[in-house]
Amino acid sequence: MTMYNLTTDQRVDKALADNFLRQATRRATDRLRNNKYKASDELGNWEEWRNAGETIRKHVIANLDFYLHQLIEQMEKRGVHVHLAKTPADAVGIVRNIVREHDAKNVLKSKSMISEEIHLNHALEEDGAAAVETDLGEYIIQIAGEPPSHIIVPAMHKTRQQVADLFEPIAGHALSSDTPTLTRFVRIQMREQFLRGDIGITGCNFAVANTGSIVMVTNEGNGRMVSTLPRVQITLMGMERIVPSFRELDIMLNLLARSATGQRLSSYTTILTPPKKSADSDGPEEYHLVILDHNRSEILGDKLFRTALNCIRCGACFNVCPVYRQLGGHAYGSVYSGPIGSVITPLLEKDWKKWGHLPYFSSLCGACTEGCPVRIPLHDLLVKLRMRKTQSGHTPQVEQQIFKAYRYLFTREKTLRRALRLGAHLQWPFVRNHRITGGPAPLSNWTKSRTLPMVAPKPFMQIWADLNNKR
Amino acid sequence: MKVSLFATCLTNAFYPEVDLTMAKILKHLGHTVDVPEGQVCCGQIAFNSGYVDDAREVARTLINSFERSEVVVGPSGSCIAMIHHYYPTLFEKEPVYLKKAEDLIQKSYEFTQFVVDVLKKPDLGAHYKAKATYHPSCHATRLLGIGEAPLKLLQHVKGLELLPLPEAQLCCGFGGTFSVKMPKISEAMVAEKAEHVLASGADILLGLDMGCLMNISGYLEKINKPVKTMHIIQLLGEGMKS
Repeated sequence: MTMYNLTTDQRVDKALADNFLRQATRRATDRLRNNKYKASDELGNWEEWRNAGETIRKHVIANLDFYLHQLIEQMEKRGVHVHLAKTPADAVGIVRNIVREHDAKNVLKSKSMISEEIHLNHALEEDGAAAVETDLGEYIIQIAGEPPSHIIVPAMHKTRQQVADLFEPIAGHALSSDTPTLTRFVRIQMREQFLRGDIGITGCNFAVANTGSIVMVTNEGNGRMVSTLPRVQITLMGMERIVPSFRELDIMLNLLARSATGQRLSSYTTILTPPKKSADSDGPEEYHLVILDHNRSEILGDKLFRTALNCIRCGACFNVCPVYRQLGGHAYGSVYSGPIGSVITPLLEKDWKKWGHLPYFSSLCGACTEGCPVRIPLHDLLVKLRMRKTQSGHTPQVEQQIFKAYRYLFTREKTLRRALRLGAHLQWPFVRNHRITGGPAPLSNWTKSRTLPMVAPKPFMQIWADLNNKR
Repeated sequence: MKVSLFATCLTNAFYPEVDLTMAKILKHLGHTVDVPEGQVCCGQIAFNSGYVDDAREVARTLINSFERSEVVVGPSGSCIAMIHHYYPTLFEKEPVYLKKAEDLIQKSYEFTQFVVDVLKKPDLGAHYKAKATYHPSCHATRLLGIGEAPLKLLQHVKGLELLPLPEAQLCCGFGGTFSVKMPKISEAMVAEKAEHVLASGADILLGLDMGCLMNISGYLEKINKPVKTMHIIQLLGEGMKS
């Protein structure tokens, strides 16, 4: 995947130079954001809904061991095969074994961020059992060989023409780029796939602990096809994705659909209580639930970051983030992008060298925190990640020295006064028309695109002291 | 009332006229103004960069300098938000300073909040003939919950036509060290903000945080757009002269 081979700086440059991408991202996030406002305002007491959502998520996370146990018990009682995967590699291994065991050739997938997190498609391709993505957006990026650029709208960055260009080699003839033509083409492709599928792989938006049910929220109906037609089904689930019962599910579904796409309910809310019973006319006979940890247990035990597990993956934080708005998702370099991606990726992957840039992909404006339906203090978590990176010695030496100097000067007002007066003299080589227009790094990072006011000849503290005849 | 000014590090060094004007306005309203010695900075630059220990010592210096103050007022939503939102965490392990931090939180205000909500003086009798627009800074709005106060002050300025700023809620891309650590992303953000400022049709951009204004004005200057930027305090100060 090309995106992964670039440096952070190269990815940022690439994104900023791509006007199609930036226009598409701006348009799509504006639309999603405005839809969300409508759908949340119409409830009349959105803040109360957020409170309820936060309370439910906190309760589940605080009692996750209990609810996981209950879920697994319910599932196993009915003959579901439950697999606990500690690492992404474990999860991939489990899925691979199931696919091999059934000698499956046609694996179908509906949208699952966990499958992206564990890079499942790549592994199945190696085994010659490539999974076909049946979600329209995922299908597009699968053909393009790209990671998702938004957790809800994975192909947000593609224009209709780009999509038509991707489809043409498969169609074998020219395709017009109007939406009905493109969707009809995909529908025909998918219909054949659905009828051939041996194994269906799905994600899981919520698992209801006391009934052992899996809830999927989709808009295209593909999730329902993938979970009814193939004989064998595998559901991939992050271990925190639980609600205690249907009472809480009601609230969480409202929060999710309204925050994600501005719908009251998504077009399809599929609730499965597997496996197929003798009276059921369809559904998988063999059902596997793979529950992924991937350092979630560690986050759970970390008081500073536990709230990150409260996320319901609605993407609302993406749609209000001014950084995401400029860049789209690929510049982050991670499977999960946007504000929540910048929080959870360093925690899940535990690799500062690779993911240390993510906590800085934020101006800390707080729009994400304000937009989160379960009140995760996202921008505070980004600051805490910076703190942890700093405290573990992973920030540049120069930066550490700068803050040492800052601490020295900014605790000594009189010394700072002298330093500022010195600065007022030293700035002259960089001054044009009474503005600072250049200077050494890191100042030059500012002056490349902006000018800076001149350091005042006398700082306010000195002016005030002089006015009051003090030294 | 005896009001102590918090001359933020940015205005102290680059925009002393903002602090001076703030003092004049408060005096004009009949209050005694002092500027406690030793004060420098809220510590946010270090805190937001993850250098918590360095931030704590800077914050401690600030707390000490305002220990005897009755009321503390500063010309920045961001600096006051730093005190209100993060000082309790910064001193969670130091009971003595935690108490002092809480005292400071109780008595500190951003300027517009203080004048409108505490002093109840939204009308300062200012005249200023211009078309202006207002950028609601993120920390003032989202962390301090300042919404109406600055607008009330501006609505009472005679001759001032206040035009709506499209996509006003978007961050200008300053973000303190963000602007130099992620300069390209920051530039893209300020470019969009400038686009909206120009679309508003205003001749003056107003705000209550010099950080944001320094960023936006620096960009507008670089691209040679003649929109003037002013702190609300500066506009009020000018308007009260006439």
